[in-house]
Amino acid sequence: MSANIESFPGTPLSQADFDEGNILTTHWKPRLEYGWDAGVAIGRYLAELKNGRIIGMKCRRCRRTVVPPRLVCEWCWEPIDEWVYLQDTGTVNTFSVCYIRWDASRAKEPLVPAVIEIDGASKGAGILHLLDEVSTEDIAIGMRVKAVWKPAEERTGSITDIKYFKPV
Amino acid sequence: MREVAIVGVGHSGFRSITPDMSYKELMYEAAARAYEDAGVDPRRDVQSFVSVAEDFNEGTSIFDEYVPDQIGGVLKPVHTIPGDGIHGLIAAYMQVLTGAMDVVMVEAHSKASNVLTLTDVVAYAMDPIYNRPLGANPVFIAGMEMNRYLHHTGTTEEQCAQVVVKNRSNGFLNPSAAYGASLSLDAVLASQPVSYPLKRLEISSHADGAIVMVLASGDVAEQLSYLPIWIRGVGWCNETPSLETRDWEGATYARKAAEMAYRVSGIRSPRLEIDFAEVDDTFAYKELQHMEALGLCRDGEAGLLVEEGATELDGDLPINPSGGSLGVGHLLDASGLARVLEVVLQLRGEAGERQLEDAETGLAFGWRSIPTTSGAAVVLSV
Amino acid sequence: MKKMRDVPLREAQLCGDNWQGRLAMGMRKVAVVGAGMTKFMRRAQETGRELAYQASKMALDSCEMTLDDIDSVALGTAPDAFDGVHMKGEYLSDGAGAWNKPYMRCYVGGGTGVFAVIQGWYHVASGLFDTCLVVCEEKMSSCKPHPQGAFLTIFDHTTERPLKPNLVWIFALEMNRYMTVHGLDKKDIARVAVKNKRNALDHPCAQVAADITVEDVLNSEVLAWPVQRLDISPTSDGAAAIVMVAEHVAKRITDNPVWVKGVGWSLDTAYWTSRDLYYPRYVESAARMAYDMAGIAEPRKEIHIVEPYDPFDYKELHHLEGLLLADKGDAARLTAEGVTARDGNMPVCPSGGMLGVGNPIAAAGLMKVSEIFWQLRGEAGKRQVPGQPRTGLAQSWGDLMQVGCVAILGI
Repeated sequence: MSANIESFPGTPLSQADFDEGNILTTHWKPRLEYGWDAGVAIGRYLAELKNGRIIGMKCRRCRRTVVPPRLVCEWCWEPIDEWVYLQDTGTVNTFSVCYIRWDASRAKEPLVPAVIEIDGASKGAGILHLLDEVSTEDIAIGMRVKAVWKPAEERTGSITDIKYFKPV
Repeated sequence: MREVAIVGVGHSGFRSITPDMSYKELMYEAAARAYEDAGVDPRRDVQSFVSVAEDFNEGTSIFDEYVPDQIGGVLKPVHTIPGDGIHGLIAAYMQVLTGAMDVVMVEAHSKASNVLTLTDVVAYAMDPIYNRPLGANPVFIAGMEMNRYLHHTGTTEEQCAQVVVKNRSNGFLNPSAAYGASLSLDAVLASQPVSYPLKRLEISSHADGAIVMVLASGDVAEQLSYLPIWIRGVGWCNETPSLETRDWEGATYARKAAEMAYRVSGIRSPRLEIDFAEVDDTFAYKELQHMEALGLCRDGEAGLLVEEGATELDGDLPINPSGGSLGVGHLLDASGLARVLEVVLQLRGEAGERQLEDAETGLAFGWRSIPTTSGAAVVLSV
Repeated sequence: MKKMRDVPLREAQLCGDNWQGRLAMGMRKVAVVGAGMTKFMRRAQETGRELAYQASKMALDSCEMTLDDIDSVALGTAPDAFDGVHMKGEYLSDGAGAWNKPYMRCYVGGGTGVFAVIQGWYHVASGLFDTCLVVCEEKMSSCKPHPQGAFLTIFDHTTERPLKPNLVWIFALEMNRYMTVHGLDKKDIARVAVKNKRNALDHPCAQVAADITVEDVLNSEVLAWPVQRLDISPTSDGAAAIVMVAEHVAKRITDNPVWVKGVGWSLDTAYWTSRDLYYPRYVESAARMAYDMAGIAEPRKEIHIVEPYDPFDYKELHHLEGLLLADKGDAARLTAEGVTARDGNMPVCPSGGMLGVGNPIAAAGLMKVSEIFWQLRGEAGKRQVPGQPRTGLAQSWGDLMQVGCVAILGI
């Protein structure tokens, strides 16, 4: 700022201002509901998850095998139409041990999100999922893991049909 | 100033629901068609990518994340304009004008069918302190404005209803339109009152679809296309978001947007120099109000023109030959780009059964719908 | 009709990819002549519009201009979910001075703050306008129960959201990958938080300026390993604004215009789980575009001050490498050796960065641009870096580890 300017606008409030009722607020809880069409590529991905399988696609031009499926190769702009079944095992590319929930509150049991490179897809092609049945000290980048599926009758065609990945 | 033209257009067709395709797939279809039309490879030739989207219309925050892959923009300059499709077109236009880019694309799409609580989403755009707590369905804003507009200009409810008849009938001749229909004036007037004096059939229904356009600078445009459609001028304006202080009569945002567009394009008498126009008709009365604000006729004259048939396909000043939002379907913010699409097709001679004779200069105008006073205009010619 | 595939594009273009050629062809010069900002606060009493107004007014006053002098307004603001208003850009428009004016909003997640400058640049460089008021605002505190919750919705609605991911995951995943690939210690990274929070003690708008030590960072609560509480910037309310004008206007208004030398931006694939997160190649892509435009061949020599986006401490290092200002894996050493201190060879985040000043998403990026503006003019008061810096770079980042936006300013 101009080194000349002494005071900057803005009135910071504290929690006490709210607790003591000094600040008037209005509240609104919106009703925001969406039903997203999965479409051709993801529709098949979800259907295969229900069958207990992970499916990817292969670009004929650049020879990449990608997951999740998509109808066009984002690199070479070639339409993709070749389906490839992948394995439900993979390698941990990166992970974290998370002690806070989505709303910033503290979680008692940590969650372990990870990017897992799926066997059968091109190197580096991974998906986001969770790790479990492993102690936080033992997790390492490069660890081999396998999907743990919900029983067939509980699967609904969702990424959560895989409960988590566990070390092989 | 550099010349800029539209050298490629593509779209996915517009339908009330598109359950077989995700938004990515709709965008891809439109993009693939547009790039083919322009004869460009996005990975090699397109230098900047503009997307038009609003988070709450998509149900995803930071929606621009999901844009580059299906339009060929990965690791290239891509950005999102939360605005009307024409704002996006203008952003692309400005980038070419800078001289930094020669080929820029713009995309806009709608997956309105996936927004299950669309009225709540529109209400969510209202001022949270002054307006939302009243708990009214936001369509009241259109009802109130229509009321004031009729009062101020002497336009009649029948004239507004005639807009519906014309546009839905034009929609019949438009193979990509979702709501072509043959309606009688009485049926429109008798349709369920929604927010006096606005009636159900005067409100455009939503549709899904995607539109992509490719812009290029002068010399490059002539290499790419034998009939580039030149952007002669652009203008846009925001009046105010406040319901309490806005102009309820005359669509000031449209007036000023048009003034700028005419200034840039050197148009002195729009009524004489513009051969036809695609103007926002989200609500039937808006077509008339916008015609006047855009200087295509005098205040109060629009109703008379539609009554006389002057704005029909075979009239003196065809308005919304595509069918407008009423006939094509309201595509959320992509509606403005749908207006441009028709102008381009007409100027190219590719409008099929809707083809106008001697169309050389067209105007497209988009409005971001309630509760906004935000609009953008573009003048195009061969 | 001759199809483009038959004709290499280079032949059709007037001057190919040669930016210098384009400048010679007369690409319009654009200058920043005024800047303003509000304090960055955990919770402001002001509404979003009021914050935007305060920053805009200050920016206009700083160069003695009024709204009548402003031809166009460009607003950058990030997720609508924070302010709790759909089409937030419309709601904020009058607070940003856009009453009865051409107004446009841009949005690339966290990249918005520097992107707004790029948008302002193309408004003026296009020749359509001589002036553009660029405003960025964010009011995160309105989002309950915590603004962080809004970030749940940035993940893919079908393939990721059912896992209930939280924003800190992606930072933690990236930080882990970065540290592991380069064999870095938390200590190496914590130094950035210490440096920036300390720099921020001299910034009058700072929300979380503090004098802390590396141990403090290492002992702070683990949120999502390896991310700890003192590694991160807070959520904030705040706004910033700058005035951008064409050359002839700049020369009339001020003796010290700060010119836009180069801009660049790049957005990587949404399929972030197929990218190796250890290196932000999209930042490199954006930086190269900006360096080309500015005619900068040796960035390490020619860029005197850097304000990279630092929502987390490791990001400063990550981005310095992407900006080609440090070798891969080497940015931590530069920090340890004091190269990036305010009085070092290449001051980085002399403002205090987001770690010290605060992180109202879009406003944070514009705060960095404003910092470069003030530094180049010698107006940064106690934060002024020594020597006479002539060229500065501001970079913002956002989305799912995806977008890089770079603006290079110079005198």
